[in-house]
Amino acid sequence: MKFGVIVFPGSNCDWDSYHVVTNVLKQKGQFVWHKETKLPRLDAVVVPGGFSYGDHLRTGAIARFSPVMNEVVKFAKAGGRVIGICNGFQILTEAGLLPGVLMRNRDLKFICETVSIEVANHRTAFTKNYEKQARLRMPIAHGEGNYFADGETLRRLEGDGRVVFRYAPVNPNGSQNDIAGIINEAGNVLGMMPHPERCAEVMLGNEDGRKVFESIIS
Amino acid sequence: MITADIIKQHGLTPGEYDHILKIMGREPTMVELGVFSVMWSEHCSYKSSRVYLKKLPTKGKQVICGPGENAGIVDIGDGLAVIFKMESHNHPSMIEPYQGATTGVGGILRDIFTMGARPIALLNSLRFGNPSHPKTKHLVSGVVAGIAGYGNCMGIPTVGGEVYFDDCYNGNILVNAMCVGVVRKDRIFYAKAAGVGNPVIYVGSKTGRDGIHGATMASDVFDETSEQKRPHVQVGDPFTEKLLMEACLELFRGKDVVGIQDMGAAGLTCSSLEMAGKGGVGIDMDLSSVPLREEKMTPYEIMLSESQERMLLVSRKGSEKRILKLFEKWDLDAAVVGKVVKGDTVKVLMNGQLHGTIPTMPITEEAPCYNRPVKKPKYLEKVRRVDWASLLPSPPAPLPHNVGEGAFDDILKKLLASPTIASKRWVYRQYDHMVGTNTAVLPGSDAAVVRIKEPHTEGKLTKKGLAMTSDCNSRYVYLNPRRGAAIAVAEAARNIACSGGRPLAVTDCLNFASPEDPEIMWQFREALRGISEACVALGTPIISGNVSFYNQSPETAIFPTPTIGMIGLLDDVSQHCTQWFKDEGDIVVLLGSPNSSEKDFGGTEFVKMMTGQVIGDAPALNLKKERALQNLCIEGIKKGWIRSAHDCSEGGLAVALAECCMTGPQMLGADVDLGQKQDYSPLKTMANLFAETQSRILITIKECHLQSLLKAARLKKVSAKKIGSVAGKSLQINDLVDIPVKELEMAWSSGFEKGVFGQE
Repeated sequence: MKFGVIVFPGSNCDWDSYHVVTNVLKQKGQFVWHKETKLPRLDAVVVPGGFSYGDHLRTGAIARFSPVMNEVVKFAKAGGRVIGICNGFQILTEAGLLPGVLMRNRDLKFICETVSIEVANHRTAFTKNYEKQARLRMPIAHGEGNYFADGETLRRLEGDGRVVFRYAPVNPNGSQNDIAGIINEAGNVLGMMPHPERCAEVMLGNEDGRKVFESIIS
Repeated sequence: MITADIIKQHGLTPGEYDHILKIMGREPTMVELGVFSVMWSEHCSYKSSRVYLKKLPTKGKQVICGPGENAGIVDIGDGLAVIFKMESHNHPSMIEPYQGATTGVGGILRDIFTMGARPIALLNSLRFGNPSHPKTKHLVSGVVAGIAGYGNCMGIPTVGGEVYFDDCYNGNILVNAMCVGVVRKDRIFYAKAAGVGNPVIYVGSKTGRDGIHGATMASDVFDETSEQKRPHVQVGDPFTEKLLMEACLELFRGKDVVGIQDMGAAGLTCSSLEMAGKGGVGIDMDLSSVPLREEKMTPYEIMLSESQERMLLVSRKGSEKRILKLFEKWDLDAAVVGKVVKGDTVKVLMNGQLHGTIPTMPITEEAPCYNRPVKKPKYLEKVRRVDWASLLPSPPAPLPHNVGEGAFDDILKKLLASPTIASKRWVYRQYDHMVGTNTAVLPGSDAAVVRIKEPHTEGKLTKKGLAMTSDCNSRYVYLNPRRGAAIAVAEAARNIACSGGRPLAVTDCLNFASPEDPEIMWQFREALRGISEACVALGTPIISGNVSFYNQSPETAIFPTPTIGMIGLLDDVSQHCTQWFKDEGDIVVLLGSPNSSEKDFGGTEFVKMMTGQVIGDAPALNLKKERALQNLCIEGIKKGWIRSAHDCSEGGLAVALAECCMTGPQMLGADVDLGQKQDYSPLKTMANLFAETQSRILITIKECHLQSLLKAARLKKVSAKKIGSVAGKSLQINDLVDIPVKELEMAWSSGFEKGVFGQE
């Protein structure tokens, strides 16, 4: 399988995602510069974490105007699998591929630590290798991960089983309904604040995130 | 017309000005005077410290480049090298904590990637005043947020550091930032101009009026007017720096760059003069081409601006277009601002007019160098004369005379809750310490361990890992500058050894008060002696560093604080070790002396807590024993015998044991026998628990490896004694301490926030 990893000015988890895809899971990977106006042939797109455009204006708000995002939207609309991690999730909401917004954390501080999350839906293209309601340990590292959507959107997300990951038992950032990750209606676009690429190797003492990528591959 | 007032405003003495007149053979222009002023400031010229810095051990077969460049370089094999340095940003951080800290991080990052390395980790060493001082809360919050704001955005993990609190820092905090980078040995770049006719190119942010005379400010004492110097503090922009770093690293893969220097203190002045001086050439600078942020900037302002995120480079003739295009890709400014010429002067031109002709050689080689008077401080005799027996058990903090079950529980809990010892999670939780997916040992163990892979390896392969730490207990240095500074080196190396790394090299950040005070200069001289002795004994040359003087407020001078940053090498990063207990049933062994006495009470956290004073003499240190101890620990980890290793430092053996119990993924108790005897005096008992006796490591080991370890210890003449085992859910030490680990953990994990912010 071939993964494209989008590189915006300020992306800083691009190499981490690329490393997991290529060195750990032995798939093909390619970096895609944000000024590209055409995507190469890809099976999946990773919109990685970082501080695209330095978080100026609002997280993800400027990155979504990068030329490559038109192509990512087209790719998603055609059914291609897209995973946005952390800043990637923020960009996908700004680009309209996922509903809601990520606001400043409840206590207004950046939080980096390993938290406990639950697989809220294990029947998705991104979680099918996990057990039902599996409890995972995954690092978060963000200042704006506090998920917010209007009541109607939330009801639909919950009703359609589109909440994929939930913080449990502790909600670190104030997200509504403890939401840590959601998918789009078609089920081919995932956005999540925790970093599965940071916990996919024995060396780092935690492999809980590996199955997110394995689910995409299998 | 240069008046005496102008000379004074520029921080120059009349004697120094006379020397300038002699060098120039005429009255200098304002631009020239400004240039001399920064280049001859304490911060840039090291005029008070040079005589001593020259004597530091800087050589070793691992050293590729020692002090004098942007940072030092050490060979780690496999075609790779590590570049690292620590630097202070104390004065700006005191005045404006957020921006002061961010620009400190930004500056040290540039020092590393200027040389061709991709930064792999950041550390920082922080000193604040008393936790209850009205300014402390604001300063801690601002500094930590500033470090986080810059490092996180850059995507460089902040993996370690230290935070101490003491009254002497109330009016002058310390912010020391350290950066470690990895470079291919064949892609190292130096700050040297060469090749007559080659273009000089300016890249990065535009130049504004910020930070003019920052270096001069950093060379002055703090007083009531210091707050007014806020406009001297620069403003950091980590996003631009991230782009600048990526652009430079991309540029370095080609063959266009001849030399490069970041614009730090004194900006364009320092970088152009240093590059020309080192290359033995001249540079003609045309300031009309410098990208400016503000209108109508004068040559004086342009030359002295300390705007951040800028670099000056010399490239091969004909490469200009390629380079400008590369920086355009990264949306950064770049402009040809001069060219390399024959000769030995930097000429400053603007709009066809000459504003200064500065000779490169005299400005560096004839910079003032003072052998300042030294005098043994009076306070030493007073603080060292202590009658422990009468001091410790006396009110207001009575100690139990009748030693009985759990008699020391409360003292241990209080020690764990003191902000200096308590968990620093509140701090490192705000730092992205995992980005890059290299951090094998996260903050909270003795030393951080990072692995080395792409993109840092640039095509090379290695299994090696880097252990890194920063250390300095300034109380010891205050009580005994020579020994205290040696302890800082020894402890740093011990931390590295506990993680399984072999100590490799040192960067030092020497924070002291005014060098014009002979007693302070004595502290400086003695501390450097101690550092030298320890570095020689432990085989760790000093490859880079920084001196920060004038750290004092009207009330007091800071404790002498020579912070030691150390790097260690692991041949196989997967063989690292951590401090916490691993499994029930493991044997607890103390490597090093099992016996402490009241002599080791000096400067301890225990005494500070009981009496509110920093008194006594620094604990004894035997460097030969220290090295043997560390070698044993490294061997034991490599052989796979040692399952956990933890240095005994602040709070002594009892605190170290508690930390082993509670800092891992699961809380484990221990049953420990210190060989306590009935007839031990309370003083002796307290010493065994809380004295900070040096050269001790607590390890755990499986029963089956105990004999091999003890034998290896005998061979190396290191004392090794089984003192207990990992068991249960409580920490029990003879009949002195008996507390559930959960209770210890509660005290330790909430202590920092309670102490600093007055809340849970």
